Amino acid sequence: MAGSVPLASTKTPTERKRATKESGLVKWILIGAAVLVLCWLIVLPLVVVVTEALKKGFGVYVEAITNPDALSALKLTLIVAAITVPLNTIFGVAAAWVITKFKFRGKQILVTLIDLPFAVSPVIGGLIYVLVYGAHGWFGPWLQEHDLKIIFAIPGIVLATLFVTFPFVARELIPLMEDQGQQEEEAAVMLGARGFRIFWKVTLPNIKWGLLYGIILCNARAMGEFGAVSVVSGHIRGQTNTLPLHVEILYNEYQFSASFAVASLLLLLALVTLLLKSWFTRKSHSH
Amino acid sequence: MKKSTSQRGVLPGFGLTMGYSVLYLSLVVLIPLSALLLNSTGLTWEKFWSVATDSRVLASYKVSFLTAAAAGLIDAVLGLLLAWVLVRYEFPGKKLFDAMIDLPFALPTAVAGVSLTAIYSSKGWIGSIFESIGIKIAFTPIGITLALMFIGIPFVVRTVQPVLQDLDAEVEEAAATLGASRLRTFRTVILPELLPPLLTGFALAFARGIGEYGSVVFISGNMPMKTEIAPLLIMSKLEQFDYAGATAVALMLLLISFVLLLLINSLQKRMRKTAL
Repeated sequence: MAGSVPLASTKTPTERKRATKESGLVKWILIGAAVLVLCWLIVLPLVVVVTEALKKGFGVYVEAITNPDALSALKLTLIVAAITVPLNTIFGVAAAWVITKFKFRGKQILVTLIDLPFAVSPVIGGLIYVLVYGAHGWFGPWLQEHDLKIIFAIPGIVLATLFVTFPFVARELIPLMEDQGQQEEEAAVMLGARGFRIFWKVTLPNIKWGLLYGIILCNARAMGEFGAVSVVSGHIRGQTNTLPLHVEILYNEYQFSASFAVASLLLLLALVTLLLKSWFTRKSHSH
Repeated sequence: MKKSTSQRGVLPGFGLTMGYSVLYLSLVVLIPLSALLLNSTGLTWEKFWSVATDSRVLASYKVSFLTAAAAGLIDAVLGLLLAWVLVRYEFPGKKLFDAMIDLPFALPTAVAGVSLTAIYSSKGWIGSIFESIGIKIAFTPIGITLALMFIGIPFVVRTVQPVLQDLDAEVEEAAATLGASRLRTFRTVILPELLPPLLTGFALAFARGIGEYGSVVFISGNMPMKTEIAPLLIMSKLEQFDYAGATAVALMLLLISFVLLLLINSLQKRMRKTAL
């Protein structure tokens, strides 16, 4: 673009414009460098997952993802996401409502505490549940007496996933609802609407796209979490194995093609997430 | 009760949403985290100190913090380039480019881990090239740094991008009118404005890198004293049922990262003050 600007001998607006832009050559060098960085850092890992998965042919690929262990891992991953995402969504909406619609003391502390799981290593996120519910933990003896199992069982996986995906929805909604203020909701109250009706008819249409955005990010993390789940799962094949853990097991058994085949399912999840994300962002901007 | 409602405004649901938020926060986050602090494992001060100063543990902190810092710094430079190109230029495929930046946020870390290991191992596409000139990447700190760079890059781009977008064009124009070259304008006018978001992006990538596990375990090789990261050490202590030891390593890791983040935070505040 800058290259097509004609040379002017006197000080014209175009010349001033040129002075705050790089020359065409610099511009294209920078774009080229950026594309190179993106391809190396982000696109290459993505391509390698696909090529490694198909290395031993399509038959091995299909066999790997239709293997009973892989299917049960897929099932568990879906179950965990189906429990954790709605729970964290309800919390996110409730927390965003109280934080953005009311004034109260300690609000800043509440906001900081909500972000806390992002600052804690996922491995520590798993460890703390072992300390509470594990055999030697606070409730360990009581759970054993009543023959309940949380750690090395599905409830532990759900709890650890709840922890690591805790802030996603709240974090997306708080700035959004802050910007929108509360006039519309107050008007609805004046007109006689109450409680959930206000949220349903007034707030929700305004935050719809932001909410969906938070939900899919929460879902991607819930289905893909590795560190925290690894601590509490116990790695029992066909029982407490999620898809990311199944990738690890296959990899450690040197079944690389199978491992990458399962990984490609998770890659697909990531790509769908990105697609929906950019769609929701466009929608929310057009509102 | 009535009085406080009228002070808070006319909207309903304060008690319900407040109560639910605090209860849920306590159950999922605060009570479990307090198990770490309330010493539920019978961790004595002597035991804590002997674990925290054990040479293998100290080496793992060193690996974690150094590789996370290196990755954060490189991400700051590369992230600035990506954000700059995305905000300032138009080119074909830009939308796709922009969307791809978020892939590390959406891709499960274990997938990134196995994929990066395949790329940088001695048989991999890039690893084999470096192997031929005598440089090993996978199973060395370089490999760990590369994995953390992948995880951290979107943090930098997404914090710098909006600031660059809102930057006032007039200041740049003034600098140009006063005869500054483009490079000088960038160095003395634009870069100082971008330093606070760059620092934030660095801090986010750094903090994430210290705790990262999934993308690192595959490529690190997990050699004690050399490429063993702190989160992995927590994991292996747990596998040996050494709960007190795992708690000690975790507490120390949390403590150091909070202190570092506090330092970065105060540095940020000072920078913002001088910028005004």
